Amino acid sequence: MHELSVCQAMLRQVEDIARREQAISVERITIQIGPLSGVVPELLQQAFSIAKCGTMAEAAELVTASQPVRVHCLQCGYESDVQANRLLCAQCGDFRTRLISGDELLLASVELTKN
Amino acid sequence: MCDTCGCNITHGNRHLIEEGGKHAHTSDDHVAIEVLENLLSENDHQASHNRQHFDKHGVLAINLMSSPGSGKTRLLERTIDHLKNRYKIGVIEGDLETENDARRIRDKGIPAIQITTGTACHLDAHMIHQALHQTPLAELDLLFIENVGNLVCPASFDLGQHLNVTLLSVTEGDDKPAKYPVIFRAANHVLITKSDLLPLLDDFNPEKANQSLQQIAYNTPVTLVSAKSDQGMDEWLAWLDTQINQAASPPAELQAEPL
Repeated sequence: MHELSVCQAMLRQVEDIARREQAISVERITIQIGPLSGVVPELLQQAFSIAKCGTMAEAAELVTASQPVRVHCLQCGYESDVQANRLLCAQCGDFRTRLISGDELLLASVELTKN
Repeated sequence: MCDTCGCNITHGNRHLIEEGGKHAHTSDDHVAIEVLENLLSENDHQASHNRQHFDKHGVLAINLMSSPGSGKTRLLERTIDHLKNRYKIGVIEGDLETENDARRIRDKGIPAIQITTGTACHLDAHMIHQALHQTPLAELDLLFIENVGNLVCPASFDLGQHLNVTLLSVTEGDDKPAKYPVIFRAANHVLITKSDLLPLLDDFNPEKANQSLQQIAYNTPVTLVSAKSDQGMDEWLAWLDTQINQAASPPAELQAEPL
């Protein structure tokens, strides 16, 4: 339910970029949302459909992409794709792992129309 | 995290956004701009500003997160009883409505600022910055920020705190870490609260809660506490002592760093 706040922050960022680039509108916003980012892509899409009204991104498409949750084992060094609530090494089963992808919350790119 | 700007580009996703990657795409009539910024960069910028304030005044800031009713305010009251003669403590309280929690803290003789968020389900760095204007930072050693009771949203917003403490009460179920991995992964210390109720509850097993935490690669302290019976309070207070002492004497390489 904090997706609306996240969405509004994203739109402020996007509009800043669009103004800096002297664009007339925003066509596409591409973001990365990992399963462990704490943000739900579907809810962000819903929030976007409301929050974009009256902004330079009013007609924009929001593209969300997700990375697999992937851990590096600090014990055996193996890298494996795992579930978001089971971050154990798939090779040796150890829990001492480091997350290498899956918690992204990243504005990757914007596509703008200029004059 | 990337060391230079705090964004979340890792070697796992970098290929997607570099030239030729699927997010570097440009169609014919549009201009594509690579951004590569954290989605909450505005909040993060304010959070690092808050952190500089804390550091300048030598204040250790701790963010308490949990679901509603897991005993954050009660824990703070008891922690204040034990520590108020040794440290100068302040509290920022976050709730949707009412001054009730701040009033409970003020009754202990401790300055407390209440943030009422209205409908917002979390605190953010800007709200904390507003509250800092009313907080006597120069007089404090330790600042607790009691976040809005919620196991989801607070985890996404950096407030500028140094440490996160997540509470899990024994009335909630020992599988909470598996259900809400983001907020438990963010914790520097997990407190299993209301332990005095354990004899009455046959469905909460602290060992299972520990296993559930281990499965999300949680590798920091877990303490079973009761603010009512004082069980585990020694361990929690000793951890706080260690953190306060470490903050008061940062490693040499950090001391020279200008603000």
